[in-house]
Amino acid sequence: MEPRTPLLIVSPSPHLHAGLTTSGMMGTVLLALLPAAATAIYLFGLPALRVLLVCVLGSVAIEALWQKATDQPITVRDGSAALTGLLVAFNLPASSPWWLSLLGATLAIVVGKQVFGGLGHNPFNPALVARIVLLISFPSAMTHWTAPQPGRFLADAITAATPLSESQSAVMLSGHLPQHISEFSARYLLGSMPGCLGEVSALVLFLGALFLLWRGVISWHIPVSYLGTVTLLSGIFWLMDPGRYPHPMFHLVSGGLMLGACYMATDLVTSPLTTRGMLLFGCGCGLFTVLIRLFGSYPEGVAFSILLMNAVTPLIDRYVVPRPFGMDRGRELI
Amino acid sequence: MICRSFPGGTHPPGHKTATAHAPSLICPLPAELVIPLAQHVGAPALPCVTAGQQVARGQVVGRADGFVSVPVHASTSGLITAVEPRPHPCGAELPAVVLQPDGEDAWAEEYQKQSFHVLSVEAMLERIREAGVVGMGGAAFPTHVKLDPPQGKSIDTVIINAVECEPWLTADRRVLLEQMEKVFTGLEILKEVSGAGHAYIGLEDNQPDVAALLAPHCQKRDIGLAVLPTRYPQGAERQLIYAVTGRRVPARGLPMDVGVLVQNVGTIAALTDAVTRGRPLIERMVTISGPGVIRPQNLRVRIGTPVAHLLKQCGVTEEPAMVILGGPMMGVAQHTQAIPVVRGTSGVLAFRRQDVPITTAGPCVRCGRCVAACPMRLQPTFIADYARRDELDLAERFAARNCIECGSCSFICPANIPLVQSIRYAKGAILARRRRM
Amino acid sequence: MMAAMICLGSLGCVAALLLAMAARRFAVTIDPRQVALMEVLAGANCGACGFPGCDAYARALVAGTAKPDLCRPGGAETLKRIAAILGVEVTERPPQIAVMYCQGGLQQARPKYDYQGLQDCRAAQKLARGPKLCPAGCLGLGSCVQKCPFGALSIDARGLAMVDRGRCTGCGLCVAICPRQVLALAPATESIHVLCNNRESAARVKSYCNVGCLGCRLCVRTAPESFVMDSFLAQVRYGRGQPAVMAEAMERCPHHCILNLDEQGNDQILPTPPSARERSTP
Repeated sequence: MEPRTPLLIVSPSPHLHAGLTTSGMMGTVLLALLPAAATAIYLFGLPALRVLLVCVLGSVAIEALWQKATDQPITVRDGSAALTGLLVAFNLPASSPWWLSLLGATLAIVVGKQVFGGLGHNPFNPALVARIVLLISFPSAMTHWTAPQPGRFLADAITAATPLSESQSAVMLSGHLPQHISEFSARYLLGSMPGCLGEVSALVLFLGALFLLWRGVISWHIPVSYLGTVTLLSGIFWLMDPGRYPHPMFHLVSGGLMLGACYMATDLVTSPLTTRGMLLFGCGCGLFTVLIRLFGSYPEGVAFSILLMNAVTPLIDRYVVPRPFGMDRGRELI
Repeated sequence: MICRSFPGGTHPPGHKTATAHAPSLICPLPAELVIPLAQHVGAPALPCVTAGQQVARGQVVGRADGFVSVPVHASTSGLITAVEPRPHPCGAELPAVVLQPDGEDAWAEEYQKQSFHVLSVEAMLERIREAGVVGMGGAAFPTHVKLDPPQGKSIDTVIINAVECEPWLTADRRVLLEQMEKVFTGLEILKEVSGAGHAYIGLEDNQPDVAALLAPHCQKRDIGLAVLPTRYPQGAERQLIYAVTGRRVPARGLPMDVGVLVQNVGTIAALTDAVTRGRPLIERMVTISGPGVIRPQNLRVRIGTPVAHLLKQCGVTEEPAMVILGGPMMGVAQHTQAIPVVRGTSGVLAFRRQDVPITTAGPCVRCGRCVAACPMRLQPTFIADYARRDELDLAERFAARNCIECGSCSFICPANIPLVQSIRYAKGAILARRRRM
Repeated sequence: MMAAMICLGSLGCVAALLLAMAARRFAVTIDPRQVALMEVLAGANCGACGFPGCDAYARALVAGTAKPDLCRPGGAETLKRIAAILGVEVTERPPQIAVMYCQGGLQQARPKYDYQGLQDCRAAQKLARGPKLCPAGCLGLGSCVQKCPFGALSIDARGLAMVDRGRCTGCGLCVAICPRQVLALAPATESIHVLCNNRESAARVKSYCNVGCLGCRLCVRTAPESFVMDSFLAQVRYGRGQPAVMAEAMERCPHHCILNLDEQGNDQILPTPPSARERSTP
């Protein structure tokens, strides 16, 4: 065989790529969440930093260990483990001990993601799986809230209640909302309230979500339909009885709604593919959130509602299919 | 005029400035022309010359074999050195006429320019067919077949496709700018042959200079000028028809089913030459560009010129790692530079190694970008998944056969999954299975 | 306390009753022969019989719409037992095994281009008729490996598919999936094969492969009973070969394409042809 010039590359068309990669998307989401993480540290001090570090580093380490143990290529560089870890941390109170944080990271990575086959195959949002398992297994540690003390990093923790649990217990005891909740104040918007790390600053989270929308990492469909449904439903109840049901604005900024609607429900893997499916998904999340918050036994329902809708996602994907271009009458798909 | 927006689509970078504004040049003749006998959809032409024979420019070297077929002509005068299988842009080695130019470049016979108005429709169709005019946007479907719809179908609208949505390519733009009179004459011929009452020229809004130049002419001749938003694949036939007329071509149908005829700009120019001067299609505009080319430009190239000759004319920065015939989105990567330019070749792109996108695929993260980008409103990720698992029934139920292989889904996929390749495989397998049954 | 027990107890009874009724009402009768057939079929659900799984084949057998000799993986033993269950006469078919007729690995056969894309032979074959200059050789991307339900195929260090003759059941799924028909079924008793699939002329074969059959007819001249030419490709006449003469032809083959395969698919007599190895290093 005679020598010849270097071989040409032949690959299937297209021979161009948009440039956005999976790891790039994960990195952008991490970037969008950084201000919220900084806010959490500012409000809750060093304990918050500890939870964040344990969760993020723990998730990455556990994913690497698991992949090594199961003889798979190690893919922690794609950033999805770090993102999961950060979201787990955002779902924990600042007072969580190190072992609770680590357990949360382990649950998210192993039970939430790897047992299903890793990235892209998990039916439920891993961080929410961790949150729910911990909430049910360690109810007291998971609802031990501390009051935010802005800028005082080393201050002693002061136990307090979240606005949502405050309103729920008040309604249960006296039948109407406490004064400071029925008169909504702007301090909630900035996050000066007790809660999980990622629940306290709706405004910063919202700005991060706008960044993601601008970068094209998430689409508007889920956040808008989710938040819209919550606003609409809670608004109806508020109009019926403002003394018993809080203002819709209170719902929007308290608890994990902003985090859930912008970062957890929009999780690519566990949400529907089509735009109509996404709208349906967001509406379902909103419906369940309002129902659980107002009538359930838990004060917060974002995590439960997103997990519920995650379970419905395959069904939505199966029945909400776009009609192919040029096929005018309804055609049977599946 | 109001333009509708087709679903999905993407925005690949244009890269057109390098070649958009310079006038086209005539490409010198190479030492050897390789003229494939199969340059069109349908039956390949049958060779009617033998090695050692002297031929004149424009002489028929392969005659049409059947209705859906066109003749092939000698691109210049010279000596036939062989009629043998040679590398063809489709990847296989197919019969071709090898021609050694003698430098005279003498026409077979002098054609008199004449007005098409004196010709009958049949005579015009015959001239178009004799000249070997095929769709020059890439599909290479014989034009006389498209112009002659079967009984019961009629055409009321003609659209000139000057969209050229593929990055880098500016050949259609140059034809439109440099041969505008031919294009308008061709449009008149098209209207007369097809009996259409309406005519449109569709182009993207990234060419405002062309639009401004065309506007007064169009107004004078009562031709609609559709300036469409720049979005890939705006130039795909179905998407263009929808954008201009609002008609949806049925998934299994043809444009003539909704009374529309779409022709590429280059085809129109060639058609005018064929009808008014009897000139065969032996030359076309080709964009030679890409990051590996030193002097990107538009060349008027004789059919059969090897790609290596073109790249030498324009200079390459280094030995190219990838050579693409056509645009980067739908063009075909070639395995050798001996490939000749054929009638459907709109561009030749040379990529350096660092310009070739990486193809290591990750797992699908179900982001839904392919679904959002699909101009046929399919769900590429599902179809590709079924194709990989050989679930052809499911792939078919998800309308795999509607795919136009525009490449939007692979282009956008963050996990780098070669979706189009899987879907193309599924389409082929479904068709093969149908043929067996 | 008492009320609760009675309540739950009666609820349980009602539910049990309902279940029992449902079981009667919606019972599905299965032909006992189908159950018996499921026991004797290979159980790999490989689909080589043309039915989606062993269950479907068993049903078709009972219904009489399928031939009884389609379960290749089960072999003669299964065939005998199927015949016994169905009470029909069958003639045994000689067992077959898949053979990969190519030795042109990465070092031996020249590539046409640098392929980048889906790791699937059928997809690669669609791009310029495959990344190898040889139009008939193994592409080594492993479509057959993925398809084989018995783990009998692998891609070896040469970049070629290799049949583990001990595991191959002759189901023929790899033969059906290979886009270049380089895999084919041959009688399991045969171990000497001409390992080439290329019917092009010697000049062309030499231009891209060190180990392809040149069509020189040396083997046919040496052992006319044992070999036959198909265009420029020599083939073993299975069932008529004479091992002693074939060994001589094996020695004389200039490209060493005639090999005696052992259980794992490796050749027994000559390792990699030494002359070919020398030539391959540039």
